[in-house]
Order: sequence, then C-alpha cells, then structure tokens
Amino acid sequence: MDWQYFWELFFGGLTRGSIYALIALGYTMVYGIIELINFAHGEVYMMGAFTALIVAGALGIYGFPALAILIIAAVVAVIYCAAYGLTLEKIAYKPLRDAPRLSPLISAIGMSIFLQNYVILAQTSDFMPFPNLVPQPEFLEPIAHIMGASEVLIIVTSAVSMAALTLFIKYTRMGKAMRATAQNRKMAMLLGIDADKVISLTFVIGSSLAAVGGVLIASHVGQVNFAIGFIAGIKAFTAAVLGGIGSIPGAMLGGLVLGWCESFATGYISSDYEDALAFALLVLILIFRPSGILGKAKTQKV
Amino acid sequence: MRKGWFKGLVAGLAVAVMACPAFAADTIKLGVAGAHSGDLASYGLPTVNAAKLVAKMINAKGGVLGKQVEVIPQDDQCKPELATNAATKLVSDGANVVLGHICSGATKAALPIYKEANIVLMSPSATNPALTQSGDYPNFFRTIASDDQQAKLGVDFTIDKLGKKKIAVLHDKGDYGKGYAEYAKQFIEQGGKGTVVLFEGVTPGAVDYSAVVQKIRNSGAEAVMFGGYHPEASKIVQQLRKKRMDLPFVSDDGVKDDTFIKVAGKDAEGVYASSSKDVSALPLYKEAIEAHVKEFGAEPGAFYKEAYAASLALLNAIEKAGSTDSAKIMNALRTEFVETSVGKIKFDKRGDAEGVGFSMYQVKNGKYAELK
Repeated sequence: MDWQYFWELFFGGLTRGSIYALIALGYTMVYGIIELINFAHGEVYMMGAFTALIVAGALGIYGFPALAILIIAAVVAVIYCAAYGLTLEKIAYKPLRDAPRLSPLISAIGMSIFLQNYVILAQTSDFMPFPNLVPQPEFLEPIAHIMGASEVLIIVTSAVSMAALTLFIKYTRMGKAMRATAQNRKMAMLLGIDADKVISLTFVIGSSLAAVGGVLIASHVGQVNFAIGFIAGIKAFTAAVLGGIGSIPGAMLGGLVLGWCESFATGYISSDYEDALAFALLVLILIFRPSGILGKAKTQKV
Repeated sequence: MRKGWFKGLVAGLAVAVMACPAFAADTIKLGVAGAHSGDLASYGLPTVNAAKLVAKMINAKGGVLGKQVEVIPQDDQCKPELATNAATKLVSDGANVVLGHICSGATKAALPIYKEANIVLMSPSATNPALTQSGDYPNFFRTIASDDQQAKLGVDFTIDKLGKKKIAVLHDKGDYGKGYAEYAKQFIEQGGKGTVVLFEGVTPGAVDYSAVVQKIRNSGAEAVMFGGYHPEASKIVQQLRKKRMDLPFVSDDGVKDDTFIKVAGKDAEGVYASSSKDVSALPLYKEAIEAHVKEFGAEPGAFYKEAYAASLALLNAIEKAGSTDSAKIMNALRTEFVETSVGKIKFDKRGDAEGVGFSMYQVKNGKYAELK
C-alpha cells in the first residue's frame, strides 16, 4: 500500500469534507428547529464568496496585505450573509410557518432561483477570478504537494467554527433555548422562549458558516460564479442527511465521510464514478440507518 | 370581375413558374442545404448568405463557364428526416453541386441520396470524422477540420514537440470534451510512441479537484491533456500548480478562451490550447467579411468563412473541370489549389481540406499566441 498517496487523498478529502460540513451545519440546524429544508442555503454560500470577491477587489486597490484582505473580506461576507439569512427567513419562511410543509419548501426553491438570478443580473454570469488571499508560509513548503496553506486554513477554520458552535449550543442560554425549541417548539414557547428570535438566530448562524465556507473555498480554487452554490448545496445537503439531519455532530461527520468517500473513490477507483459512489454510500447508509449515522429515529406523532 | 382578374394573375404566375426550369437550364445551380429555420437556423443561414455573395460576385465577373450561378436554398432544420427530403428536392431541381449540409447528423442522412445521384456535396460545418474517414462517400468534401484533428494535433504536439511520453488524459464527461479525450487516447495508443497513464472524467462544477490532481501525480504523468471547457481547465491547472506540479497542460479550443486566462491568472502562463488557424490576415477573408457587412449590414455568423470558402472551391472546380460532370469536378477539387477565405486549399482523397485546421496556441504574458 502506498501510504504517501493514501495521505494525499486523505487530506484532500478532509479539506473537501470540512467545507461540506460547514455548509451542512446550516441545513441541519434549520431542519432541526423548523423541519424545513432550506434549499436557498447553497446560494447563501455563493453570495458569501461574491461579497468577499467584491470586498477583496476594493481593498486590493488600496494595497492592503493579503491576509488582512482575507480577514476583512471574510468578516464582511459573514455580516452580509447573516443579514441575507435573516431577511430570507423573514420574507420567505416566516409567513409560511403554519402552512403545510410543502409550501415553505417551494418557497425555498423559489428563493434559490431568485438569488441566483439576482447575482446574474447584479453581478455577472461569467466566471470571475478570485484572488489568492492565503500567503504560503515557508514552513509549509515541504508539504505543499499534500496540503497548501489554503487547505490548512480551511481545515483549521472549520474545526474552530464547529467547536465554537458546539460550545455555544451546549453552554449558553441561547444555545439551550435553541435545543429546547428543536425538541418541542410549542412547549418552549409556553416556557417563555421567544421562538421567533431563536429561529432567526439559527438562520443567522447557518448563513454565517456558509459564508465562511464560501470565502475559504473561493480562495482555495480561485474562481467564483453564480452557480457554485448549487452543487455545493446539494453535496452539503447529502452530508447532512448522511450524518442524520437535525443532528449537529451528524452534519460534521456526514461532511467528512462524504469528502473522504469522494476523494478515495476518485483516487482508487475513478473520478468518473465520484458522484455515483458517494451517492451509493448514501443509499447504503440510509438502508441500514434510515435516520443517518448519528440521527435519532423519531417516533411519528399521530 | 375582381375574382376573374385574380384567377388570371394566378394562371399567369403558374405559367411563369412552369417556364422557369426551361429558362434555368442555362445556369449553374448551387444547392444550399442546411438549417434555415428552427432552433439551429443561426448555424445555417450564414452559409446561405455566403453562397449568395459568392454567386453575386462571380456572376458580376461573367459567371462560371459563361453561365450565371443560381443559388437554390433548401431547409433541413438540421433534422436528419428533413435532410433526406431536402436532398431529394435538390436532386430533382437539378442542382449541379450542393453546399451543405450544416449538421453532421443531417449530412450523414442526406449523403446516400447525393451519392446515388452522383452530385458533389461540400459541407462548411459537419465535423464528424467518419463522414470522410469511412471512405463510403467519395462525393463528400468539407472546408472545416474534423473533430479528431484537434486531438491529433494535441497528441503530436505533446509527444513530438514537447517530448513527453507518459500522458494523463482527462475530460469533463461532456460530449465535446470526452470526444476529444477519446480521440487523443486512440491516437496515443495507435502512435505507439507514448502511453496513456491515466484516463479520467472529472465532475464539472465540483468543489475542488485535489483528488484528481493527486492521481495525476501518482500516475507518473509527464503531461496532461484535457478535453473540455475553461472553467474546469482553470481549476485543474490552478490546483496542479498549487501542488507544485509544473507539467505541461495541453487542451482544446474550449479552453482557448480569454476567460481562461482571466480566471487562472498567472497559472495560465505556458498552457497550450489548440484552436482554428488564425485567418484574419488573409485578404480573401477580409473581402468576405466586408462583402457581408456591406450587403447585410452586420457581421456574419457561424461557419460563414468556411461556407464562403466552400462556395469558391465548388465554383472554381466547375470552372477548372470545364463541365458540370461530377467526376471531373471531384478531380479538380483534389488536384487544383484554390485561394479561399480559409487559405489556399485543395482536398485530399478522402475529402478533407488540406491546409485547413488547427494551430497550437500558448499563453504568453497573459495572451494566447499562435505557435508556428
């Protein structure tokens, strides 16, 4: 067995999986609380990348150092996308909260199409170059063939974001309120939790994480376009289902499993079947664990 | 009485129409078949314009063999089932030579009819390799290079010019990219001078291609050939360079696009991509474009220069042959050079134009430069 090759694929899969996981968190949190699949989430990721591109372009003119641009662009993208997430929820989902479950789903698909077209009209339908904002430090040069600085940054940032999210949910009042709302919204409201606020916060957090993912991956691959959110969104949604939708550790695990599966499938079998194998895995796991790897089987309320 | 007047007019017209064939016997009939309506009309109409302009120009100079040239358009909408009708119609209308068809599928369907009728057919746009290479249709010619020529050029360039033997061939799983890659693979294997160490399709739009890039490294490839379009190409090239692999990247005219350079930035430097030869400096090319702008008030559309060249080649061959006999026309096409809007050409025995085709370009200082 060629271990060098194995580790190359392993870290490639880890990078990819981290991004899937970051986006998957947004899907899973929203689902956990209002049982809605937010199909516009992939578009928020794309908007994050575009915002960062615009900010980076503007700052680049003034000659800021690359790392400073990256941080400022990422912060602006996070704020901007959080605002988008919030507005999205208020416009497209809140009025439909008591409607049959299919209605908000259609509304979500509508928002996804709307946002894509908005970007085409307001920006461009072309592929845009994204500047490489992650400087390559000298000490990473020996492993540059396995992992570059941008990949290290993706893995580290994802790990930190996920750890922070876990701590937030576990130890803060708001986190507790989120868990309570997820378990039983009506009961939580009876106990004085402002469910609307919790739901809004969920969208804000999910969108922020997607924005971080968007900035990181755009900087890594060096290009953005209005359609990048679609495939990333589908893959992240798959990761969320794989890990057990509604479960936060599940989304992280699902993202990583999907990333590795694709990477190893490409490396050891063929990239022709990259997607086919990834989805075959999904089907297999769902046959044996219908609620995902870490999902809890829910008893249907009758 | 009004009705009677109308009937008279119709009768008069009918007589005039019937009289036409007798009158037209003294013209050289250039049939023009292709998509003149429907979804793909934009591929076919420029060819009609080209034929009309060439006919007008030649008629002004006294015509061919002292006869005026008459253009007879026939619509096939690029549909094989309509193409056979169009062909039958042209044959019964007495076309001497036919310019068309536009789409490969329609051309293939119509060819047996022309072969039966012994009429020379020349397409400005049908690129399917088998049309000429199968050898089934000696009456078929074309002024555009076939699909596999790009791959052939890429393979020869990589092996002979760059001296690379181990080649990784990638594609984007699409018709165009996969076709290029499959021809490349076939040529590498047939040539026997190089080996295909990796043949893979990548998923367009994937979040990243690091696994494929690692696979290229692991395969020991000395060069990468890629069939597809610029978004995937720029991602793959950037990731190759990021992983400190500076092996040559050779691709097709889907990549010979300025967007590729814009997106890939400095990583684009040194990338090779093949594309049609640059003919913009040819006097006949300029003349053809000017004629179109003057007559129709707009820049011509797809395959115009190839169609202009084909019209010139066909009419020149009739003139050189001294008759409208197909065997003599075919002989003239194969032996006589003719100046056209795509260069000075004659046709090889299979019907492909010699001197038409692709050149290799390389990105140098942020621009594609043709390699001589």
